[in-house]
Amino acid sequence: MNTRFPSWLIKVVALLMTYLIVFALISAGAIDDYVLITMVTICINIILATSLNLITGFTGQFSLGHAGFMAIGAYTTALITMRFPSIWAFLGGVLLGAIIAAIVGFLIGLPTLRLRGDYLAIATLGMAEIIRVLLLNFEFTNGAAGLSGIPRNVDWTWLFVFTAGSVLLISNFLKSIPGRDLIAIREDEIAASSIGINAVRAKTLAFVVGAFFGGLAGGLYSAYFYFIKPDLFGFLKSIDILIIVVLGGLGSLSGSVIAAILLALISTWLQDFPEMRMIIYGLILVVIMVFRPQGLLGDRELSMDTFKRIVPRRRKGTS
Amino acid sequence: MKEILTLNQLSLSFGGLAAVSNLDLTLTEGELVGLIGPNGAGKTTVFNLLTGVYPPSSGTIEFHRGEAVHKLGGMKPHAICRAGVGRTFQNIRLFRTLSVLDNVMIAQAQRMRYGLVPSFLHTPKHKRTEQKIREESMELLRIMDLADKAGELAQNMSYGEQRRLEIARAMATQPVLLLLDEPAAGMNPAETAQLTELISWLRKEFTLTILLIEHDMSLVMNICERIYVLDHGLLIASGTASKIQHNPAVITAYLGEEVGDA
Repeated sequence: MNTRFPSWLIKVVALLMTYLIVFALISAGAIDDYVLITMVTICINIILATSLNLITGFTGQFSLGHAGFMAIGAYTTALITMRFPSIWAFLGGVLLGAIIAAIVGFLIGLPTLRLRGDYLAIATLGMAEIIRVLLLNFEFTNGAAGLSGIPRNVDWTWLFVFTAGSVLLISNFLKSIPGRDLIAIREDEIAASSIGINAVRAKTLAFVVGAFFGGLAGGLYSAYFYFIKPDLFGFLKSIDILIIVVLGGLGSLSGSVIAAILLALISTWLQDFPEMRMIIYGLILVVIMVFRPQGLLGDRELSMDTFKRIVPRRRKGTS
Repeated sequence: MKEILTLNQLSLSFGGLAAVSNLDLTLTEGELVGLIGPNGAGKTTVFNLLTGVYPPSSGTIEFHRGEAVHKLGGMKPHAICRAGVGRTFQNIRLFRTLSVLDNVMIAQAQRMRYGLVPSFLHTPKHKRTEQKIREESMELLRIMDLADKAGELAQNMSYGEQRRLEIARAMATQPVLLLLDEPAAGMNPAETAQLTELISWLRKEFTLTILLIEHDMSLVMNICERIYVLDHGLLIASGTASKIQHNPAVITAYLGEEVGDA
């Protein structure tokens, strides 16, 4: 555990370097709009995947409705910033969207989280569909045509702050008492209850926190891409997020981050072969799942300790 | 002595099957009592009723702690734990992929909660509380002779160690009544002897009342002051070890009736 540099300092430096390097590259024109779109997608997917991982990977609650929370955040932010095009309205809108998503998560979580496994998955799927159909039919959401001309308030700085902040907050949460309770529930709900954990309350909390960050990601989406419509947040979007989580490893935040980056890169690269794109993408998923059924990282985290382990050092007991 | 647990006409039926019928049982403070009976007699079901896994079909469970009386029938498992009842499981239920220390820390933390802000922001309060939880958990692991395994995954430990860890985890919730479901199952005689000693010691050190289910008669006869015998969900005998050993109903339940008597 004793290192010359505290691990938080290394993390801060690494994050700052990432931010500054990309910022410099954008300023110098080395990163064009096309590359930036991929980066925006990656960042939004990171928030979506880590927040869904909190629900599905760490708490063991199979949810197929994450795009529903994203939709709530996206529409809230869009409606607010279209009326008040200021940076404060953007920040307020993203926050409000996340809060509304969290409230919806609470209202839906309370009755459905008593369900287990497949039943919960179907209930969350239904929830997301209800949200999508409501957005299709409301007047103020402009139905199937969706909303366009949403002010672009997201730049690299905001994107970075929100993404790094979300991952950090979720990671902190998991390393605290309520977070560990969630893992205990995933491991054995009966045992967890027997040591005093209120399982329904804990699972609802996981759902609410996951929904909050799902809503936040939606807000960032609408504040970058000018245009949203209900179909963007359908069943397939929920599945896309779930794929990232499963591929990275259920119960590994760093796995979700890596998978979000990897899948976006693969997807971008495959745009050169439009006819074969989905076939190759599907094949890659199948191959990874066959050889790493537990996901790229399983339930482990990539950390400073991992690097130390990779660098050969004295090993205790093994030759 | 003061009564700590009173079961009054406790019954549970699944459909038409009576798993436990009209059970009366009392424990006084500081007692160590055994609950025995052939397989399928309903012993574990009694534990599950006591800890809220199933609500009783009829009858009451009163748990006395100080001046307070908790009616355990119908309470949720987590609330029963917080009232002061700890338990272990027949088929060990540890948090398998977590470390030994984490298993105990999660239980230990239940009495020292902090809000959401410290959870997300890791404020000094979070750090202080975590430190305290860690220290107290390590202390408990030392008592249970598991301190050198603190960093290992629960699933990689030996069977006997897993049983001990489960007791440690239950103890971390600071119960006054401890329910042990076959704590010696799968242990060799030496481990059983060690466990017997540990249970007696824990009872004295933490002034516990203990109810234990066990098939290992050497353990039961050695340390249990009184014994209840269940068969087919019915209480067929109760009393001291020597009385139970010579009770004809108990002998029949375990060995079956002689053919000639039928």
